[in-house]
Amino acid sequence: MFDSTFDAVVPLLCVILAALAAMGAEAFRARGERMPIGGLGIVGLAGAGVSSVLLWNRNAASFGVILADNFGLFVTLVLVVVGVLTIMFSSQVVRRDALPAGEYYALVLFAIAGMIMMATANDLLVIFLALEILSVAVYVLTGIRRDDQRATEAAFKYFLLGAFSSAFFLYGIAFTYGVAGSTRLDRVGAYLAAQSMSDSPLILMALALLLVGFAFKISAVPFHMWTPDAYEGAPAIVTGFMSTGVKAAAFAAFARVFLSAFEPFSADWAPIVWIIAALTMILGTVVGVAQSNLKRMLAYSSIAHGGYLLVGLVAANEVGKAAILFYLLAYAVTNLAAFGVIALLGSRDRGNDELRDYAGLWHTRPALAALMTVCLLSLGGLPPTVGFIGKWYIFSAAVSAGYYGLAIIGVLTSVVSVFFYLRVVVMMYMAEREVAAAMPPRVTGVSMAALAFAIFVIVYLGVMPTQVLDLASASIATIF
Amino acid sequence: MPETLVFYLLAGLAIGASALVIGQRNPMYSVMLLIASFGALAGLYIQLEAPFVAVAQIIIYAGAIMVLFLFVVMLLNAPQEDAAEWDRLHPLRQPGIARFGAMLGLLLVVQLAWALIRAAEIGAPVGSRSDAAAVSSVREVGRVLFTDYMFAFEATSILILVAMVGAVVLARREDAGEAEGEER
Repeated sequence: MFDSTFDAVVPLLCVILAALAAMGAEAFRARGERMPIGGLGIVGLAGAGVSSVLLWNRNAASFGVILADNFGLFVTLVLVVVGVLTIMFSSQVVRRDALPAGEYYALVLFAIAGMIMMATANDLLVIFLALEILSVAVYVLTGIRRDDQRATEAAFKYFLLGAFSSAFFLYGIAFTYGVAGSTRLDRVGAYLAAQSMSDSPLILMALALLLVGFAFKISAVPFHMWTPDAYEGAPAIVTGFMSTGVKAAAFAAFARVFLSAFEPFSADWAPIVWIIAALTMILGTVVGVAQSNLKRMLAYSSIAHGGYLLVGLVAANEVGKAAILFYLLAYAVTNLAAFGVIALLGSRDRGNDELRDYAGLWHTRPALAALMTVCLLSLGGLPPTVGFIGKWYIFSAAVSAGYYGLAIIGVLTSVVSVFFYLRVVVMMYMAEREVAAAMPPRVTGVSMAALAFAIFVIVYLGVMPTQVLDLASASIATIF
Repeated sequence: MPETLVFYLLAGLAIGASALVIGQRNPMYSVMLLIASFGALAGLYIQLEAPFVAVAQIIIYAGAIMVLFLFVVMLLNAPQEDAAEWDRLHPLRQPGIARFGAMLGLLLVVQLAWALIRAAEIGAPVGSRSDAAAVSSVREVGRVLFTDYMFAFEATSILILVAMVGAVVLARREDAGEAEGEER
């Protein structure tokens, strides 16, 4: 079964077929008929997950541009988890907000397909197309609540700035093609390795433009401006989806391009990424402290987490590369679960995402408050959660590579960030519930199962991370 | 000789139409003239033995992009503008901008002249049909598109599908009769 040239695209095809099935189901649905469209998506994602596991260690390649090496497959599995959790959380949100179910799930699945394509692509052109597929889907998801003015504004801002950054990225590809004569990463890498000593201005130009394009997508400072608005305006579950899925996919492509094709020029880009990483960590944390809206606060927190990931990229030693993958998984599960709780607490008319809405949550919804606490502790990097292990490996990688400055900035910003995560926890447990506040809505079994799974992963990987960490370092070893 | 005659005909058409585009008071006429200019350019590309570029020029520029332009012009109801008001407010009539535009135009002319003179100096083949045919023949483009770039080609279809779904989601009229008028 796994011997044709189509091997490497099987996970991708599973997700795309599920998306098409979701669209078809919506099209042929009788008026008022309920269809398990989300279930369709989960089946497709399960197919992608199973085929990724079967492809493990095979280094399958399709058409020369899709490379199912262990690195890509690891990220694919992370994305499958993100997709399944998103769909499980969405089931309640879609019904509550009366969103168009078929289109919503189709767009989520198309976005995941784009992310998987981006994580496994070995060609700059395909990376660009994948980036556009996932971006267009996420722009629309951001503005899918058309009755919400903030969401529409967020979608429009995100769309404009995203299109702008795509242009930067495309220019970078064009310059790379002009210099190296190919968009394939292996060929570009081979060409650049042959002349790493000559500092051709065109190569540096290509490098800079690609860097800007990627930095925008992972919302690194100073290309983060769109993030707080887009994250605050979008429906909470979409925010969770894009802050984890988009970031994971963009980071996978970022790492692949810069650690394989542009590796010979790492002396040129490492100092720039150093500065970007430091700024990203500092700004994300410092501005995050001042926020009173939980979604906006988590938006800045996700900017800061992007900075930690960049530290792993700068360190670029064995530990650092494995730490990137591990951290991607840790961050994705934790952040998605946190946004899941926010989404589940909202109602159709009110997001309930201000900090004061969480006052006394412990008394009304003790389970949700407890789960949210675990997520926030993990985001803050406190043991025994996965966030602690992730940060531990990132910073130890930075130290062993000699980047003491970055490690110190990282630890300090982590300490500061604990303050604003704990502020929410204190609010949930200590503060009195406002008298006028409405009772938070009930949570369905599916969403609760998703939350329970996420919390299990957070704690399990926090206590016993070695297995997954070994997997991560094994998968990174295959390509770089 | 007939080829040269056709060239001057098409070139004259392209230049004339382009000049008229910026001289129109009614934007609708400007759009139409721009289409004529694009059509003439497509003819020139065919003369350069670049049929693929010519067809792309017609389909993408004269077709898709100009339809968009037309939609915008019609949506803005620009032809109903008062002529005197138009004259007063027209951005090209504002002296600073007009001067800036003229400067850019002049720069382009100088640049083109310099490039042509340089090309003659170093003996580059100006206007020769060296390997243009090989690069831009429809056959060659098609071959590359369905071999080297097959996956990218297929991925593009997914991208277009996503964009269509997105447009429908954002532009669809709600059953409940909610307010419409999305910007995308």
